[in-house]
Amino acid sequence: MATKDSASATTSSASGSTATATATATATSLRVEDVTVESGIEPGASAETMLVTTDSLEEFEQELSSSIDDRQMKESITSTISDIQQDPVDSPKTLAMNLEKSASFDSNEIDELSQQFGQNSLDADPLKCKVWLAQKKHVFVLSQAGKPIYSRYSSEDKLVTVMGVMQALVSFVQAGNDMIRSVHAGDTNFVFVVRGPLILVSVSKTLESVPQLVLQLTYVYNQILSVLSQSQLTKVYEQRRNFDLRRLLTGSERLIDHLLNFMDREPAFFLSAVKCLPLLPSMRDAITQTIVQTCSKIKNLVFAILLANNQLITLVRMKKFCIHPADLHLIQNLVDSSESFKTAESWTPICLPKFDSNGFMYSHVSYLAEDCQACLLLLTVDRDVFFTLSEAKQKIVEKLRRTNCLEAINESMNKASITIAEIGLSEMRHVLYKCKSTAQFWSPGFQPPYTTDEEIQRLLGCYQCLHHRLHSPSRPLKLIFQQLDKETMLAWVTSGFELYVTFEPLITKTDAINSIGKLLKWIKKEEERLFILNSPTF
Amino acid sequence: MITVEGKVVLLGSQGVGKTSMINRYVNKSFNNNVNPTIGAAFFTCTINLDNAKVKFQVWDTAGQERFKSMAPMYYRNANAAFLVFDITEYNTFTSVKSWVTELKRNVEGTMVLILVGNKLDLADMRKVDSEECRKYAESIGASYYEISVLHDEGVEQVFLAASFGLLKLSTGEKDIVTTLKIYDFNNSEIKNSDVPLSEEVLVNMNIAHGIKEKPYLCC
Repeated sequence: MATKDSASATTSSASGSTATATATATATSLRVEDVTVESGIEPGASAETMLVTTDSLEEFEQELSSSIDDRQMKESITSTISDIQQDPVDSPKTLAMNLEKSASFDSNEIDELSQQFGQNSLDADPLKCKVWLAQKKHVFVLSQAGKPIYSRYSSEDKLVTVMGVMQALVSFVQAGNDMIRSVHAGDTNFVFVVRGPLILVSVSKTLESVPQLVLQLTYVYNQILSVLSQSQLTKVYEQRRNFDLRRLLTGSERLIDHLLNFMDREPAFFLSAVKCLPLLPSMRDAITQTIVQTCSKIKNLVFAILLANNQLITLVRMKKFCIHPADLHLIQNLVDSSESFKTAESWTPICLPKFDSNGFMYSHVSYLAEDCQACLLLLTVDRDVFFTLSEAKQKIVEKLRRTNCLEAINESMNKASITIAEIGLSEMRHVLYKCKSTAQFWSPGFQPPYTTDEEIQRLLGCYQCLHHRLHSPSRPLKLIFQQLDKETMLAWVTSGFELYVTFEPLITKTDAINSIGKLLKWIKKEEERLFILNSPTF
Repeated sequence: MITVEGKVVLLGSQGVGKTSMINRYVNKSFNNNVNPTIGAAFFTCTINLDNAKVKFQVWDTAGQERFKSMAPMYYRNANAAFLVFDITEYNTFTSVKSWVTELKRNVEGTMVLILVGNKLDLADMRKVDSEECRKYAESIGASYYEISVLHDEGVEQVFLAASFGLLKLSTGEKDIVTTLKIYDFNNSEIKNSDVPLSEEVLVNMNIAHGIKEKPYLCC
């Protein structure tokens, strides 16, 4: 699989130098003080936040710093959900029942079947298919026993042999009490993540760095947890090492497919942040208050989340509990990939791995109205309150309609995002601004030349490169100013924010600094509309 | 004119067309790429008969194995069950049988059972024999329908049959009191509302603040 020539393997015991030897960043002597931001008032900053603020590379660091045993320990700690549930006796029982049921079937048949499939389809070997080989980024999931679970392109049971090789690589290195992290061959990176009973592999020809690919694989793993929960996953493999997990995952492949495409086009994932739907602060407050008032009496309601166009309108939480952006991204992925939520109210079990990887929450999912396509999720730990929540939702919608909030949401949803040109910054083209203290980010609409999918992809790729350089574990940077063929880019991280800016290629440093000053002033002026600055609770 | 409201549950293997069937009936639409249901979805619909109105609260459950442990949540207290299978897949018929066993074991109240063989449009690939289904349906006291959700054939009849079934349940109470337990929706309503059996209350089950007027005894 891995070509021998020029292949270098990085393992945890190796020096940890990543393959990108070209990463000598062109940090310049830009004088940051020139940019007029008074410290302490970063746009969008707030003392309160409903999101867990994280460094986007926490996964990677955790991955590096922990041995296998360590990680398994961490993953099986106490359950947040049963803490919330008032009846502590009941919850372990229901969970145990879930597990018994799920593990009580006989998987021999399916196992045999999948083997047959594997053999029958050797004639249609994807490894001989040019289109398949040319895909930019493959993602594979297999069990520690080498059983195929998921492949991004082509059916996984045609890849039994390749996955066997992957499993062999992992276990060979494991035998020496080590972990394989990545293999670099030419322009291709092979990245391995071993989590619990699963092996996740990314084979990428993109410019994404190893930590970024690890992050994506961790998202895939979390997506699987979100469907099955940690305890169920561990349990099935404890009972049968060569279990065929596809049996339990049927129907959720599309969630992984969608997640991978989502990560390729959304900066939210590598920024580890969430984008808000721009709304007048008075409107947003009215919406939030409506939800708070309607739901305040409902016991065990943990989160109320209102999403539109994948952006957050509001999030109300139970006191003491915050939501991790990674969990919110999984929720966004679920909503965005499930058209069927539009036709009926749903009662959906979901495990939020960062919140509690061992238990399920129940989510009442519905769109506000035919004429207002914002999706409301009410998440609870109580599986019997569908009708209470359904009723609450009706009331919320009635009130929002009376107070013209639905209109306000529609107006904002239908309006194209403001572009940098409209803000009046002539030499700037695009920007990503992340406020660290609230884990929220803002970006304007795309303007020429970034109007085709290809160009947008390329631009996001550039941002990812910059992001990697700022956060490179071996050599983190504060400021990058880089003149490329088609644009000039600047990346800047402070204690309060991260900023990634795209300029015209020939801009001078002085002009760049001046326009960043203007941009930050504009964001500051608009911050109440662009960000959620409070953190409401029930 | 009486109004009956009942809880209906859709059961069956993944991919047999449960969601498509309810969507065909409620939203009059058919989607070729319907996503697998996660958990369950809730629908309401009303059927107007000559002298009665039947309101359904339908739980469309997910067919995947991992959701099996959630099913009791939905069939508990249900007044009717649509047992859906795919006539081109014999094992979906087998799993309907296991659903029936589970229902008989766990549900106390009398339930209207309706066996539905979907995908009649693929009749040339049929693997499940009509006669066998009919006999099986008879043995469990269910009615049997073969439908094509794709071509919108027979869907109406299934819901009509269910509404007649529920109506019979609600009016037949006096004669067969011993064999037929009082239907659950009435039971729970009495407990919840502490008023005599009232269709108005039943109607407003979802909207607790709804008006409770003229208690009406149906039996």
